[in-house]
Amino acid sequence: MEFFHVKRDIPFMSYGKLTTAISLGTFVLAVFFLVVKGLNFGVEFTGGTVMELRYAQSVEINQVRHGVESLKYGEVQVQSLGTTKDVMVRIPNIKGKSSAQLSNEVLDSLKKERSDVELRKVEFIGPSVGDELFTHGLTALILVCVGIVAYLMIRFEWRFALSAIIANMHDVVIILGVFALFQWEFSLTVLAGILAVLGYSVNESVVVFDRIRENFRKPNLRGKSVPEVIDNAITATMSRTIITHGSTEAMVLAMLIFGGAALHGFAMALTIGIVFGIYSSVLVASPLLLMFGVTRDRMIKPERIKEEAVV
Amino acid sequence: MNRYPLWKYVLLIVTLVLATLYTLPNFFGESPAVQVSSGRVTVKVTDAMVQQASKIAAAAGVTPIDAYFEAGSVKLRFKDTDSQIKAKDAIQAALGSDYVIALNLVSDTPAWLAKLHAKPMVLGLDLRGGVHFLLEVDMKAAVDKALEKTAGDIRRDLKAKKVRYGKISKERDRVEVQLRDAETLAAANKALRDTLVNLKVETVSSDGNYKLIVTYPEAALLQLKNDAVKQNITTLHNRVNELGVAEPVIQQQGEGRIVVQLPGVQDTAKAKDILGRTATLEVRLVEDDQAKLAEAINGNVPAGFELMTERRGSEGESVPILLRKEVELTGENINDAQAGFDEQNAPAVHLGLDATGASIFKDLTRENVNKRIAMILVEKGKGEVVTAPVVRGEIGGGRVQISGSMNVTEANDTALLLRAGSLAAPMDIVEERTIGPSLGKENISKGFNSTLYGFAAIAIFMMIYYRVFGVVSTLALGANLLFLIALLSLLGVTLTLPGIAAIALTLGMAIDSNVLINERVREELRDGQSPHMAIQNGYQHAFDTILDSNITTLIAGLALLIFGSGAVRGFAWVHCLGIMTSMFSAVFVSRALINLIYGRRRNLTTLSV
Repeated sequence: MEFFHVKRDIPFMSYGKLTTAISLGTFVLAVFFLVVKGLNFGVEFTGGTVMELRYAQSVEINQVRHGVESLKYGEVQVQSLGTTKDVMVRIPNIKGKSSAQLSNEVLDSLKKERSDVELRKVEFIGPSVGDELFTHGLTALILVCVGIVAYLMIRFEWRFALSAIIANMHDVVIILGVFALFQWEFSLTVLAGILAVLGYSVNESVVVFDRIRENFRKPNLRGKSVPEVIDNAITATMSRTIITHGSTEAMVLAMLIFGGAALHGFAMALTIGIVFGIYSSVLVASPLLLMFGVTRDRMIKPERIKEEAVV
Repeated sequence: MNRYPLWKYVLLIVTLVLATLYTLPNFFGESPAVQVSSGRVTVKVTDAMVQQASKIAAAAGVTPIDAYFEAGSVKLRFKDTDSQIKAKDAIQAALGSDYVIALNLVSDTPAWLAKLHAKPMVLGLDLRGGVHFLLEVDMKAAVDKALEKTAGDIRRDLKAKKVRYGKISKERDRVEVQLRDAETLAAANKALRDTLVNLKVETVSSDGNYKLIVTYPEAALLQLKNDAVKQNITTLHNRVNELGVAEPVIQQQGEGRIVVQLPGVQDTAKAKDILGRTATLEVRLVEDDQAKLAEAINGNVPAGFELMTERRGSEGESVPILLRKEVELTGENINDAQAGFDEQNAPAVHLGLDATGASIFKDLTRENVNKRIAMILVEKGKGEVVTAPVVRGEIGGGRVQISGSMNVTEANDTALLLRAGSLAAPMDIVEERTIGPSLGKENISKGFNSTLYGFAAIAIFMMIYYRVFGVVSTLALGANLLFLIALLSLLGVTLTLPGIAAIALTLGMAIDSNVLINERVREELRDGQSPHMAIQNGYQHAFDTILDSNITTLIAGLALLIFGSGAVRGFAWVHCLGIMTSMFSAVFVSRALINLIYGRRRNLTTLSV
C-alpha cells in the first residue's frame, strides 16, 4: 500500500519566495501577539497560589468566583477545569500571608456555601523561584541552540546549521505566539514541550539535509541545478515525513484527548510544533539554504582529475 | 547477505529477557505495609529489628507475609489493611516513641526478583499524592549571626589579653575593630590571629586611623553555608519523623535550598507547623545525690527537679537522671559545635560559646567542679539529655571540650544534636505543592490510557501500510517500550506525569526511525535492486539519517536534563533514555527480525513492504 509516493519532483524551491513570505508574515504576527498580549505565565513563573477544587455535584463558576472574590485578595482567577465539577482558583502572592493561610481561608469560605467541595491540589510558588526558572529556561533554550548548531556544523557545514536553527526558532516563536494569542497558560510543562519541539523539528530538517547531501553525491543527479536537487530530496522524503508526523501527531492527539488537564498545555504545544515543524523544515530551512548559497562543490570535496600531458 | 551470526541473536534474546525481568516488578502491584524507622538521631534501626517487629506483630495475631531491612528502616508486609493497622498499633505500643511507625505500601515483587535489584518505578508525587516543599535557608541571617558572634569573641579575647580597643562594629560583611595606635594594632592583630584561625584578619593604618578588619574568606563562608544547610536537613529529618511519613525525601538542592517531599501526607498545615519549629538547647545542673534520684524514680520527684533519661554506652540503654529545673544557659549562646579529637586523640566535641555564654559558663564551671552538667535538646516540648559530662575544672574563654567514652560516630551525632539546638538558620518556604491521592490515581490512568491508544493507532497503521515490515516495526517499537521501562525501573528514575508524556512522545518519535528504514527499502526496490540488496542498502542508508536526527534530538534532551528541576527533569530523563533505546531497537532489533524472516531465502523475489 502506498499513499504518498510522488513520481515527479515537486518544484518546492520555485515557491521559495511565497513560502518565505508566509513564514515571515506568521512570524511577525506571532511577535506582535507576544508583545501586545504577552504570555499568560503559569504560577511556576509568576509565583502565587493555585488551588484545584472538586465539587461532588456540578457547580456554577460564578458562584465560586463570587465566594473567592469576597475575600478581597486582589486579582484572583477562577476557571473551570474541563468539567462542571472541577474548578481552579489562582491567587497572587500576598505579603504577610502564607499559602496555607490563603488556601485554608478560601476553602473555609467556599465550604460555607457548599459543603461538598474537596481540595485536590494546592501549589504555592514563591516569587524568587519564578525569576530563576525564567533564566533557567532561557539558558536551556540557548544551550540547545548552540549544541545543535555545533553538531550540524561538524556534520554538514555552517549554512545547514544556520538554516536549521533559524527555521526552528521560527517554530518556537510561532508556538509562543499562538499561546499568547489564545492566552493559554504557559507553564513549565509547556516549556518542556517547546524544548522537545525544538529537538524534534531540527530532527526533521536533518532528514531533509541528509538527503540533499546524498543527492549531491549521486552521479545521476550531476547535471541538475541546486534547486532541482533540493526539490528531489524533499520529494523523496515526503512520504516518510507525512507518515512519521502522522504517527507522532496521533500520539500527541491521544494525549490531548485522554490526557486530561495536566497534559493539555504540553500536548497543545507539541501539536502546533509538529505542524509547523514539517512546514519549516521543508519550506523555510531549504529556501534559506539556497539563500545562503549552498552548492555542490561546497558540500563534497571535488575529485581531482589527473591531467594527462599532451605530447 | 542479511544473516546475523548466532551471537547477535543470542545477544538480542539476552537483552530482551533482561528487559522483561526488570519490567516485571511494575506489574505486581502493592500491598499494605508497616514501616519502622528511627524516631531520634540517637536511635538506630538495625537488622535485629526485623525479628523484633515480626514477633510483636505475630503476638498481636497478625503475622507479616514478609519482613526485611532496607535503607535504615524495617518494612513488614501484610495481606490486607486491617492487619496492617492492627500491627501498626501493636508495634507502636511495644516500641514506644523512640521509633516512627508509619503506614506504607510496598511492592509485591517476589524475592527472587528483588535479589536481582529489579524494582518497580518510583512514582512521583503527582502520581502518588502528597506534599512537596522547597525551603530556602536564609543565608544572610546565618552569616549575620556568625559575624555577631565573631564580634563578641573579639571583644572577649582582647579583654582577656589586656589589649585596649575602641569601637567594635559589625558591618555588612565584616567586623571592624578601632584601635588607638600602631602598637595596640599590632598586639590586637597578633592576639586575633591566634584565636580566629580560619578567618581573614587585615590591618589598616592610615593617617592616624588604626583599624583591624576581620572577614570570612570564601572557604570559611562556604563551610558556614554548607553547615547551615546540613544542619537544617538533620533537624528537618527529626521533625518529619514525627509525622510518621513512610518514605520522606529531604535533599539539598543547589546552594542553600532544601527539597522536602512527603508522599501520602495531606495535612499541609500540620506538616508546615512541624517543619517550621525550632529546637532549643538547654544546659542544666545534674543532681547526683543517689537518695534523691531513688526517690524520684519511685515517682516522688522533689520540687525544683525534673527526672529525665540519659543514653549511655554503646547499646544506648536509658539511665534515669535527675536535673535541676533552672536553665543555666541556652543554645542561643552556643555558636558552634564540632566533632574532633582531644589531646589524647580520643574523639571529642568542641563547643564555641559567645561572650555572654562564656562568662556564664565560666562561673558555672567554677562553682560546680566535679559535678555533672547536662546538655538537653528540647524539641516538641520534650527534652532529651544529649550528654552529661563531669566538670573537671573552671572553663573560661568560651571554648568547651567534651570528651570521654565516645566513638567518632557518637561525637559526630552529639555535635549535630548540639548544633540542632542553636545554629539553625531560619528557613522560608518558597514553593509548595499538595496533590490529593485521587488526583494521582487519575493522572496515572490518564497518562497510561493516552499512551495506549496512541500506540495502538500507530501499530495498526504500520501493519496495514508496511505489511511484514510494518509488523516488524511494531515489534521493534514494543521492544523499545520494554527496554525503556526496564531502564527506568533499573535506574530508579522517579516517574512523573511529564515522564509518562515523554514515554508517549518517545514512542511517537521512535516510529520515525522505522519509517525511514521502510521507506528506504521501498525506494531501493523501486530503483530496481534485488530484494536482498534492498534490505542491505535500505538499512545502511537509513542508519546515517537515524544517527544524525537522533543526536540532535538528544542534544535538546540533555539541555533539558541540565537545566531541569522537578517536572522538567522527569521529562528529560525519559526523553534521553528513550532516544537511546529507540535507536537500539530500530536498528538492531528490527534488522534481526527481518534477517530472521528473509535471510535464509536464497531466491527471494519480493519483499512484503
